[in-house]
Amino acid sequence: MNPKTLLTLQPGEAGIVERLSCTGSLRRRLLDIGLLPGAQIVCVGCSPCKDPKAYLVRGAVIALRATDSRQILLKQEDSSEAGIRSARES
Amino acid sequence: MKVREIESEKRVAIAGNPNVGKSTLFNELTGLHQHTGNWTGKTVSNAWGCCRSKKFSYLLADIPGTYSLLTRSAEEERARNFLCFEKLDACMVVCDATCLERGLNLLLQIMEIVPQVVLCVNLMDEARRKNIRIDLDILQTRLKIPVIGTNAHDPKCRKTVLDALDHFFSEPSPEGKEEHIPEGKEEPASEGKKEHAPEGKEELASEEKEEHALEGSSKNPVITYAPPVEEAIRNLSARLRQILPQTDLPFRWISLQLLLGDTSLLAELDRYLSALCPEKGILENVLSSSMPSGTQDLFTDQVTCKIAEYASSLCKEAFRVSGRAHTARCAHCCKNCIYALPSEQCGLQETSSAYLHSLDRRIDRILTGRFLGYPLMILLLLLLFWITIVGANYPSELLSSAFSWLEGKLDAAALAAGLTPWLKDLLIYGIFRTVAWIVSVMLPPMAIFFPLFTLLEDVGYLPRIAYNLDSYFQKCHSCGKQALTMAMGFGCNAAGVVGCRIIDSPRERLIAILTNSFVPCNGRFPALITMISLFIIGTGKFSADPHAPASSAGLPGHAFVAACCLTALILLGVLMTFLVSRILSATLLKGVPSSFLLELPPYRKPRVGKVIVRSVLDRTLSLLSRAVVAAVPAGLLLWLTANLTFHGRTILSLCSGFLDPLAKRIGLDGTILMAFLLGMPANEIVLPIILMAYSGQGFLQELGGSASIKAILTAHGWDTATALSVCLFSLMHWPCATTLLTIHQETHSLKWTLAAILIPLSAGITCCILFNLLMQTIRFFL
Repeated sequence: MNPKTLLTLQPGEAGIVERLSCTGSLRRRLLDIGLLPGAQIVCVGCSPCKDPKAYLVRGAVIALRATDSRQILLKQEDSSEAGIRSARES
Repeated sequence: MKVREIESEKRVAIAGNPNVGKSTLFNELTGLHQHTGNWTGKTVSNAWGCCRSKKFSYLLADIPGTYSLLTRSAEEERARNFLCFEKLDACMVVCDATCLERGLNLLLQIMEIVPQVVLCVNLMDEARRKNIRIDLDILQTRLKIPVIGTNAHDPKCRKTVLDALDHFFSEPSPEGKEEHIPEGKEEPASEGKKEHAPEGKEELASEEKEEHALEGSSKNPVITYAPPVEEAIRNLSARLRQILPQTDLPFRWISLQLLLGDTSLLAELDRYLSALCPEKGILENVLSSSMPSGTQDLFTDQVTCKIAEYASSLCKEAFRVSGRAHTARCAHCCKNCIYALPSEQCGLQETSSAYLHSLDRRIDRILTGRFLGYPLMILLLLLLFWITIVGANYPSELLSSAFSWLEGKLDAAALAAGLTPWLKDLLIYGIFRTVAWIVSVMLPPMAIFFPLFTLLEDVGYLPRIAYNLDSYFQKCHSCGKQALTMAMGFGCNAAGVVGCRIIDSPRERLIAILTNSFVPCNGRFPALITMISLFIIGTGKFSADPHAPASSAGLPGHAFVAACCLTALILLGVLMTFLVSRILSATLLKGVPSSFLLELPPYRKPRVGKVIVRSVLDRTLSLLSRAVVAAVPAGLLLWLTANLTFHGRTILSLCSGFLDPLAKRIGLDGTILMAFLLGMPANEIVLPIILMAYSGQGFLQELGGSASIKAILTAHGWDTATALSVCLFSLMHWPCATTLLTIHQETHSLKWTLAAILIPLSAGITCCILFNLLMQTIRFFL
């Protein structure tokens, strides 16, 4: 099974960061904004062309491109389902 | 304590994350008017300002926002170098109360460089609205630095901040103060963390923190890193101290940065060093000898995690959320606090659902929605232009009649003073009329458009534009933040070029710099409006009747057509930006798109009154001064060229005759091309020069009435096609002199400055030729 990445999150779904698979400046940027292992991240929307998606990380909304979010691996949990459920409920 | 002792100036820098209100605070403190906006990267260069308090006078520096001090982009590098190499008395770190964790992250890093730090938790009111309460006392105890809470828009905050600074500087010694706090206090922090996050990794971290607590406040360490990192830091900083014995740099921090592979700091140090010791390459040797290979990423992770963990534990302690919110089950409370609470305190479901149903998100869903996103962007632009054109008509008429009245008075005064006729002609008809024309035609649209645009900026819409357009920029292998720099280009291309510092990748930054002039700036904008309102909506067909009333722009219907044309022109500029960016990244600046990381700030209520007053005043003054500075010599030069003769012909007609064959090819004429050349110092004067040159005596025939302008132009063979060619050429030709100078400063390269001239010029010529071919074909068939 392929590892779950941030890219697989659809708007309304949430996940927990496991590790970052990128290096160099992108890695530092991501660490700076708080995408450390264990951080929770919620996909909150996507732009008209679907590519940059907006994510809620530690209180701020950050837009990330698909190529970048592919580098962020998430924990294999079904927390995302919970996310969808709650979004549907309310 | 010594009372009322005015010492020499205290140098205080204001640092912090992007978009936390540093500039607003700075303005509030110094009474200056730095531009502020609700988006990341508004401030890209340092600004200085003075302010006085009861005890001291301060020299404050507003530096660009940064997420961390491990820099990547040019603007962050400036902030870093400033903190590191300027001799500062203190640094005030501004944090966003609704996003405290990230702010503390930076604070901890800054505390490593500058020992004297004051924390200012800004946006307390916004936090309160989101039901976040922050215990400033806890922060103060833990961090051992003064902590204050402010609302930057609140006039009272000035007193709060200055009192805090006064108090800070009148303490005998900041180090001494630290010692009052018992070191044991560090304990609860690590214990608290154990409760919240029972993970193996965190255990390790808290052990180290205990070690740090034992080590106590032995001068430096804010945070103690993992033993291998500490070891490496110790080694390297000892070596650095040997190289730079007499300097007072933050060695511990510099060593850390070098270990994490900060190459730009290395270059900066080299420059710093070269002033002190002539030996070259000494740093590289030291670094390569004391750095174990392949440890960079490992160290980076360890250090960043360590800092972030500490920040998060601090943050957790400081949050005082009312009542039961600490238990993660309380969804109701979480709904209000989700913006700021460290992750573990809220359940995932609550967090996501709370944000997904917040007002911000609902607005975003419309403004960046799949179907509405782009149409709304275009409609908004259209609306702005429409308001501008309709609104500008009346003040424009008013101003021009006022000026012609004034001119009559001046004329009489000059006669009475007995000025020689040629001097009077020169002063009044040459200079005064040009200036008056610029002011009356160009000022009103600017004074309407820019406040509106600034309002959009204040609300926080600009980052959404970048977000919407990013996927196209990605296809052009460039960065979505280019959209932000284009938006700044509307104000002034030079400002847009400087704004390109927010783009991290040097390649993408260069693309953004080179294409910035495809957005019509402040100076070209009114000329476009005038052209469009004269020729496109004044008359329907190509048969331009010089006697037709052309000032029908006041009618809402016509204004709407004009706004549509203007929007189309701007869209063409945007399209060209994409096209040229794509071509550039396939040829001269080859490369694949790099990462893109943009923060979408919360929507904020704009301060309407303040925005309008400021932007009218600022823009008006700057436009006026620019117009006068550029138009006076241009008016003089024109008067001379039009009145001096050479072989029986005026120099003006000689020049334009020379340019004529070339200009005819692109649907212009020699005079127009020459006006564009002469208008290089300031694009505002292109149209006035054309008019002056046409009216034979070398000055504007008469003031006011757009009908008279049109009469002059049509008399010289202008029709709608010419006007449109002028619009196209105005949109795409060389950037003005100021912009070129700025480009040279930013790129440090003559080659790219030249490219910045040639690229838009060739695009403009191509467009004009194509357009004229099209027009000829249409005429042929009609």
